[in-house]
Amino acid sequence: MDIPYTVELRPDTGLYNAKVGIWLFLASEVMLFGALFSAYILLRVGAPEGYWPHGWLNVPLGTANTLVLITSSITTVLAWVSLKANQFGRFKLFHAITLLCALVFVGIKSFEYHDKFVHYEFTLKNGKFADGHMVENKLKQDGNSFTGYAVIRGHVVEDERELYDLNAHKAPAHEDIRIDGAQIAKMGNYGPWHNTYTAIYFTLTGLHALHVIGGAIVIGFLWGPGSKLWETDPERFTNRIEISGLFWHFVDLIWIFLFPVLYLL
Amino acid sequence: MSKNENHPATAHSVRGYLIVYVALIVGTILTVWASFIHFPSREINIVVALVIAGTKGSLVAAYFMHLISERKMIYSVLSCTAIFFTGLMALTLWALHDFPSLTVTH
Amino acid sequence: MTHMEATHAIPHPGVHEAHHEGSGFWRGYVFSTDHKVIGLQYGFTALCFLLFGFFLMLMMRWQIGHPGQPVPIMGPVLEKVLGQVASRGIMSPDLYNSFGAMHGTIMVFMAIVPLAFAAFGNYLVPLMIGAPDMAFPRVNMASYQAYVLGGLIMFTSFFIPGGAAQAGWTSYSPLATSIPTNGQTFWIVGMVLLITSSLLGAVNVIATIIQLRAPGMTWMRLPFFVWAQFVTAFLLLLAFPPLEAAALMQLMDKVAHTSFFLPTGLAIGGTLANVSGGGSPLLWQHLFWFLAHPEVYVLILPAMGIVAEIIANNTRKSIWGYKSLVYSILTLGFLSFIVWAHHMYLTGMGTRISTFFQTTTMIISIPSVVILTCLFMSLWGGSIRFNTPMLFVMAFLPMFGIGGLTGLPLGFSYSDLHLHDTYYVIAHFHYIVAPGTIFALFAGIYYWFPKITGRTMDEFWGRVHFWLSLVFMNLIFQPMFAQGMAGMLRRMSDGGANYSAATLGPDVSGGLSSRILHLNIFILWAAVGLGIAQVPFILNFFWSIKHGKPAGSDNPWQATTLEWQTPTPPPHGNFATPPQVYRGPYEYSVPGHDRDFTPQNEPEKA
Ligand code: HEM
Ligand SMILES: [Cu+2]
Repeated sequence: MDIPYTVELRPDTGLYNAKVGIWLFLASEVMLFGALFSAYILLRVGAPEGYWPHGWLNVPLGTANTLVLITSSITTVLAWVSLKANQFGRFKLFHAITLLCALVFVGIKSFEYHDKFVHYEFTLKNGKFADGHMVENKLKQDGNSFTGYAVIRGHVVEDERELYDLNAHKAPAHEDIRIDGAQIAKMGNYGPWHNTYTAIYFTLTGLHALHVIGGAIVIGFLWGPGSKLWETDPERFTNRIEISGLFWHFVDLIWIFLFPVLYLL
Repeated sequence: MSKNENHPATAHSVRGYLIVYVALIVGTILTVWASFIHFPSREINIVVALVIAGTKGSLVAAYFMHLISERKMIYSVLSCTAIFFTGLMALTLWALHDFPSLTVTH
Repeated sequence: MTHMEATHAIPHPGVHEAHHEGSGFWRGYVFSTDHKVIGLQYGFTALCFLLFGFFLMLMMRWQIGHPGQPVPIMGPVLEKVLGQVASRGIMSPDLYNSFGAMHGTIMVFMAIVPLAFAAFGNYLVPLMIGAPDMAFPRVNMASYQAYVLGGLIMFTSFFIPGGAAQAGWTSYSPLATSIPTNGQTFWIVGMVLLITSSLLGAVNVIATIIQLRAPGMTWMRLPFFVWAQFVTAFLLLLAFPPLEAAALMQLMDKVAHTSFFLPTGLAIGGTLANVSGGGSPLLWQHLFWFLAHPEVYVLILPAMGIVAEIIANNTRKSIWGYKSLVYSILTLGFLSFIVWAHHMYLTGMGTRISTFFQTTTMIISIPSVVILTCLFMSLWGGSIRFNTPMLFVMAFLPMFGIGGLTGLPLGFSYSDLHLHDTYYVIAHFHYIVAPGTIFALFAGIYYWFPKITGRTMDEFWGRVHFWLSLVFMNLIFQPMFAQGMAGMLRRMSDGGANYSAATLGPDVSGGLSSRILHLNIFILWAAVGLGIAQVPFILNFFWSIKHGKPAGSDNPWQATTLEWQTPTPPPHGNFATPPQVYRGPYEYSVPGHDRDFTPQNEPEKA
């Protein structure tokens, strides 16, 4: 006995097996991201007045990435439509664009990550805060004391909260600032450890990026070596494209929420 | 059954997909634009952004993921998920904001 | 063949040998995609973990009974393998904590769930619904591999510097994150793999039940066991991901020094911790219990399914209230998602939210009671066959009853104030999982053994195993109720002796009396007894595979469900011809039929 309903639809449910499988899987993904979104809300609501960041991320890049993912979603669905219409060549073309979009997305994302890792905040011994991108780092740390110096391109503020709401406080012109080790009380870059906002930002987008990469690998396989199945079992292949497409749309859907929540609000 | 006839893949559905695509792009631009408006309170900004995101998300789910014409079984699974998702968020947030009186926080 | 004969001798000329999977050791036993082989792999691995978890507990019981004294026999071994933490064969408090945390983790996630859900579910669900295999055989294999990998990582963590995780199976932050060793990191990574494994398994079981039911196998003709697996799979599918999210966040806290669960002003060992702060320790507890309450139903529902099958078969009558059982288990599954914070009454939650969770907790006990009542009522008026599986099942019913009823005082915040984190809680849930679930699993093993091997396990030694286990289980767990009510806390490496002496002094009334503390020694020997009681089982199990009494038929218990209407052991593809189902699952002793059982695939006589 072979396993039934791998390709044909089961009469009473009207579904083939993989369709049920992928939706169950997506249901669990909803709960996964749901828990992380709950964490986001909780951390945000729990942050002391004035200490939840606004405007820390690059909105043009985020917007670009949103458009990239939306585009990849339409090409994914068109790739599937092409197979339905028996146009294998167009399928190849559309999914090539999907893969390209995935690549662009990950590229932009890594650029944004990099930008956060070279962005430093210094708590100075005079109670002020220096903040900016590292230009030259000649600091040496020994316990809690620093020697050497660093040059950053940024600004110095009196109240740390000015660093948090970048939409409200228009930052003064950025200039190169030299900071001596002796001035520094504490320093750190904007990695996940910086505060709860960067923590949830890196976790949510990191997990999302893993989904993008995973999805791209699957689609890439189906586009390349996996597409041989088209010749022997076109219906099954079309189903696979539909299933991987469902996953891809879901990844897009998550981003549609991540973008405003992390970049805009 | 030899073909998956549940989703017609004709030319006019391609047009449908393209309309959704344009709507998504417009939504994206709209949400960025709205985020630069200073509404009387930040809450309004949040609501506007979430409404737009919700609409965009529904479009993707309904048309790209064909939820609009899916089978009952899928709907049942997703309704359960939606309920538990809401329960997780709502009850956790409620629990973390309902303190006995006289509790000292921060 | 339009339908299969209900009982026939074991050689089956009708079975197509061609359907056997590609032979060879690796394809056949290690990388098999056959649901039966995977079920057996799960079963065997999980039984090993069960034994290992039990062994950890024995060491701990010694330490509680005789704090600070070298562990007999095993002491030198522990010292040799683990070094400093067990110097001179004495368990250090750190080692006690590791063993405790890992005992819980292993028992829940690596023994009972894989055994009850993955092993029994994998082997039986496709057979019972008349399917050739699971819907996604390769996903099934991946699920088992993720489980093995997760298990290996957990196991390895005992041997890394600093040892395994020490923060309890609940791994509350900030405790879990601030212990400086790497055990917790291993725990998290192991958990992520185990969760992945369960998710893959859950998708597979649900899809299989939805899509692969044989023609005629309508929802209301499903054996109750299949319903139980169906609900269990949904619990795993939707409750596990939040814990996975929480585990990822704890991993970030541990390796990327974020502060998801670390509050501002956190001090560790008297000094301010070097963390950004701003996190919420309670968030971990919420996400953890959002899984862990449904998880307790994952532990019990498959057991109820097994019990229902065996009761119907051995009372030779239909299950009483099949529909009530089905609706109850669906309600139970649904409600189990909204009771979780009854584990958190002591975290200082407000009265309104606590009222909400008390109410849902009380409501959820109703379907549990309905299920237990139906199972009891099923016994009424039956001509009961008291074989070993049935004995275990008969013991399950009152044991589960004790466990469930003692949960009620825990469900009220007012009485839970006193009982929380005491041995009373330990006794409560062990009554459900140990003499409850584990007894049901034993019953299942004795019951389906003939289908898997073609031989039966020895009845006499089965009975010895049963009676000794029943007695020792109760000797272990009954005293814990008393200890807990007297105020003895759990997770104390000396059983609370020091704590009691330090706060109150030996003569002050209100401290733990020596009678309560002496129960520790009593429990220790009862636990040793329980260990010895498993020897007949283990020997009987292995001996019977080769030398047991031949079952003599494919359906030695004269059962109605489809798994007995296949060749023994079922070949690859399960059924010689696709089965057709004509009737409900429990048509025993139907008046007017020539035999006292009518298999589901037997057509109506014209
Ligand atoms: C029938 C109704 C039940 C009620 C009202 C109930 C109630 C409770 C409550 C309120 C607690 C928390 C006690 C505390 O920590 O102070 C608890 C603990 C526990 N229950 Fe139940 N329970 C029930 C059934 C079950 C079932 C069916 C299981 C299945 C195995 C189970 C397993 C557990 C476990 C494992 C814990 C301990 C968790 C820990 O490590 O803290 N309970 N129960
Ligand atoms: Cu609970």
